[in-house]
Amino acid sequence: MARLPEFDALRDQARDLKNHILEHLDLYLEVFERNVTANGGTVHWCRTAEDARRTILEICQQKEAKTVTKGKSMVSEEIALNDYLEANGVRPVETDLGEYILQLRHDHPSHIVAPAIHLTLEDVSEAFHQAHQRPKTSDPAALMREAREMLRKQFVAADVGITGANFLIAETGSTIICTNEGNGDLTQTLPKTHIVVSSIEKVVPTLEDMTLFLRLLARSATGQEFTVYNTLSSGPRRPGDQDGPEDYHVVLVDNGRSDMIASEMREMLRCIRCSACMNHCPVYGAVGGHSYGWVYPGPMGSVLTPQMVGLDKAGLLPNASTFCGKCEEVCPVRIPLPKLMRHWREREFEQHLSPASVRGGLGVWAFFAKRPALYRLLTASGSRVLRLLGGKRGRLAKLPLAGGWTDHRDLPTPSGTTFMQQWQAQQKREHRS
Amino acid sequence: MSRAEIFNRIRTGLKVGADDSARRAAVEARLNARARNLIPQRAQLPAEELVQLFLNMAREAAAEVIEIERREQLAAAVEHYLQAQGVGQLVSSDEELIVALQWSHDNGIVHERRPARAGDEASLTGSFAGIAETGTLLLYSGAERPTTLNFLPDTHIVALRASTIVGPYEDAWQQLRQATGGQMPRTVNLITGPSRSADIEQRLQMGAHGPRNLVIVLMHDE
Repeated sequence: MARLPEFDALRDQARDLKNHILEHLDLYLEVFERNVTANGGTVHWCRTAEDARRTILEICQQKEAKTVTKGKSMVSEEIALNDYLEANGVRPVETDLGEYILQLRHDHPSHIVAPAIHLTLEDVSEAFHQAHQRPKTSDPAALMREAREMLRKQFVAADVGITGANFLIAETGSTIICTNEGNGDLTQTLPKTHIVVSSIEKVVPTLEDMTLFLRLLARSATGQEFTVYNTLSSGPRRPGDQDGPEDYHVVLVDNGRSDMIASEMREMLRCIRCSACMNHCPVYGAVGGHSYGWVYPGPMGSVLTPQMVGLDKAGLLPNASTFCGKCEEVCPVRIPLPKLMRHWREREFEQHLSPASVRGGLGVWAFFAKRPALYRLLTASGSRVLRLLGGKRGRLAKLPLAGGWTDHRDLPTPSGTTFMQQWQAQQKREHRS
Repeated sequence: MSRAEIFNRIRTGLKVGADDSARRAAVEARLNARARNLIPQRAQLPAEELVQLFLNMAREAAAEVIEIERREQLAAAVEHYLQAQGVGQLVSSDEELIVALQWSHDNGIVHERRPARAGDEASLTGSFAGIAETGTLLLYSGAERPTTLNFLPDTHIVALRASTIVGPYEDAWQQLRQATGGQMPRTVNLITGPSRSADIEQRLQMGAHGPRNLVIVLMHDE
């Protein structure tokens, strides 16, 4: 932060620019499409995940592709591309080191920037030993050399390369990927066909506007001043070019995003997938990315997942938050994540999706909360009773109606007095002295 | 089918009326103006300080920098580096600057000009600009500049003219538009240091899939 004192001012500009883009999203997408076409590429519009999977498979089949290398792409995770390609006879090979490790283990990302953050060195060592049939090593540098060597053959052999895109630039019809490894570059430069899979909200007007986001992205994602490789792609090989892809496709996925424009969720479309919110989230830190159950973890996942897979299936996510506000505080495009989570909680209650016990419990609590004298009496006596039950240990191993909690841990007992009682006692003490 | 549906949903969501001329005008204005957003103070230095900032930032990103006074020293500087590293092979681009180099030929280094292949030890290319703000190199593709040279070899050596070092990225975009007549090259590479990954237990390792070493030869007279 000391090296970029303008960080907060940049965040304000980024928020305002994203809002401007979303207000004119259809028009910027039209310009982007026109310029991709002028560059000799093709844009494919996909309303659903199914449309996107099928479109990508068709391109692969037209090219009679057997092996496809992949750069890291969360949209491809979102549309579950790998399983689909594999089921249809096309072998996808993940080339980002983290994603490669996960693919060997038939595992899924637990973080959107550092996908294998949940694995230990030993896990990686074992996975490589199994897959490569080489002597086992626990030296991270040696493991990376091994992956480099193994993947080099795949890069060269692949028929199609699939990458994501961090931004789509309307002015030039370019897509940009930001990577530290250089895997995305080999993925898109060596095969004959390059497919970019991305989503409609990633469009930005000009190179200058893209630059605003690049200044924020690396800093928010990994704390770097700049990502090692920021690569703009604008179509297939030009006359005279000695390398590069012969075909260039951009597959643009909607998958529920256009529905967010009219709703309170529009602000979530500002997200640039930097991962700052999960990096700073105490809940994410405690439970890890897989606990979120779908592709996007952390606070941004708690807001996006109910939108994309349904509130009835993902309603628990916006509830699993302490509302400490750290996510909003660090977001480079100032998305009010706690507000959006609260919005889902309200929708859940309105639609009667929360379990009867929760609704009942809230009803009981509301009854007493509206009657302060009764509330205080009950909490004071409850606290004393629990205190007595806990005895000298100060914890309860079993509690009626709360087996779900006490099966796995003890419940620490309250101190015997309530907060209000302690507050009043302290006020009296201070008054006396 | 999907296209019309997506656009309809967006326009309905935005409540776009029959007349969206004001919106179209706003979009056109933004695209034509190419206005700069906030540029950090750090990138707005006098020309003589930009070179030093570039060197500091590039070294911080783990690039190796060799400074030479004159362009004529380039071939010797490259060969000296390769010999010191025990590298016996160099693939280069067809750029004028590179083609004109006088190699010594008595040190056993094999020189070729072609796109890179898996297994190549080192490559040599020019560059279009250096961006001082983050020590970043800007390279772009073309008939004389195969992109694979920037990514496949173990070591990538880049010749950089001191006069092409700019402060912020925005200056580089402006110059790129001028140099290419507004037609965006197929590939534009912004490169800041050598390849790396922290995907194994968040421990940073250099040399993931791209070059393990990035060597910048800065020519002060150019």
